[in-house]
Amino acid sequence: MKVVVDMNKCQDHGQCVFAAPDVFRLDDSGHLAYVADPGEELRDEIEEAADVCPLQAIRIED
Amino acid sequence: MSAPVVVAGASMAGLRAAEQLRATGWTGPITLVGDEPHMPYNRPPLSKGVLAGHTPFESLAFRPRAAVTDVRWRLGTRVVAADLDRRIVELDNGEALPYGGLVVATGMRPRRLRCPGPAIGRHTVRTLADAQGLREALTRPGVRVVVVGAGFIGCEVAATAVTLGAAEVTVVDPLPLPMVGPLGELLATALLERHQRRGIRFALGTGVTGFHGSDHVTGVALSDGTALAADVVVESVGSLANTEWLDGNGLDLTDGVVTDDQLRVGGRPDVVAVGDVARFPNARYDGVPRRVEHWSIPTDTAKHAARVLAAHLRGAEAGLPPFAPLPTFWSDQHDFRLQSFGAPTLGKQDVRVLDGDPDGDVLVGYHTDGRLVGVVALGGPAATAAAARYRAELLQQPALTA
Repeated sequence: MKVVVDMNKCQDHGQCVFAAPDVFRLDDSGHLAYVADPGEELRDEIEEAADVCPLQAIRIED
Repeated sequence: MSAPVVVAGASMAGLRAAEQLRATGWTGPITLVGDEPHMPYNRPPLSKGVLAGHTPFESLAFRPRAAVTDVRWRLGTRVVAADLDRRIVELDNGEALPYGGLVVATGMRPRRLRCPGPAIGRHTVRTLADAQGLREALTRPGVRVVVVGAGFIGCEVAATAVTLGAAEVTVVDPLPLPMVGPLGELLATALLERHQRRGIRFALGTGVTGFHGSDHVTGVALSDGTALAADVVVESVGSLANTEWLDGNGLDLTDGVVTDDQLRVGGRPDVVAVGDVARFPNARYDGVPRRVEHWSIPTDTAKHAARVLAAHLRGAEAGLPPFAPLPTFWSDQHDFRLQSFGAPTLGKQDVRVLDGDPDGDVLVGYHTDGRLVGVVALGGPAATAAAARYRAELLQQPALTA
């Protein structure tokens, strides 16, 4: 599974961090960092993160 | 073939309900009925990026999950009536659609001012078409803008209008401060000062009594006797629930559709409500049914309601605890953001600055009986990050007893 975040859309709301803390985090300057090739067992929480992104910037590619 | 689940309303809440029905194992047919001609799209940028011209319309469309590629979309179509005893909804073309399960997701429409004067030049911001029309009006040179209503949408549109170079932007509201309802006085005062520093004028504590002009609006008459020149008027004075189609079924439709703590409607296990239109009790707080027009609610309600409905359609009980979402909202205005977690409106009588200063980045806590029930940050990324640190604490709290 591949996770792609459109960084042109991302506005660092951090909702994805609450939904999938194993995949997304905000760095010390408050900007998004994420794991681009997470394990399949994290799919549910990544789908949740994609749902709650206010900018709808997160895409899951199988 | 079994009767479909009909989802009345094909915006975010309807889409999420369909996706969550699939996620919970419902493999039967699903039909979504929506009055707009578009597939579901994300509305928050309509008052900001779309209006400002840097968010293309195409980028607003949600990407429906693969699991819903087989659902039937009836777009440009409205549900106009329902007979819940017979399990039938009626469409605006006269067609009767039987259902096995019904999801009420018809959302809201903007409330309009009912005072005398011309209609042309008066805008609302709810749909893509609204935002396109308003952008066209706001980008004419030297335009004078009056925004009626200093809530979320009014404040965001005023900020965007200034950014676009409008000659004058004035916000009118009968209340003494912008967004004082959701924020309370301390933050609303800070917000007012920030808007004023960026060139927005305010006419507060006064209402609108009429519009000047023959065909097109040229001015706005206020209840304090003054008049404001205007080329563009934006009416952001709240919204009305789209529930008329449910009339005649003995439901409480006074403000949205009332649900039980499982989001079921009228004691019927085959009807659930999601999104803005659902007036649900939140077990996290006092159990009073309220509509909540925050962006997170369509997804939160869809997750819960889909499990409840899918279980019923399987002949089972979902057995879920009462619905108890943690509310959250944000609003981007100028170069700052408001970010909230919890229920600040329940703690407006005890407001404390938790961090920072109202003139800069600030984090404010709202308390009931000395206990924190909500936080709101105003400022840049550091302030919103500080708010997020309280989220876990707000999530863990036991429910408030009524």
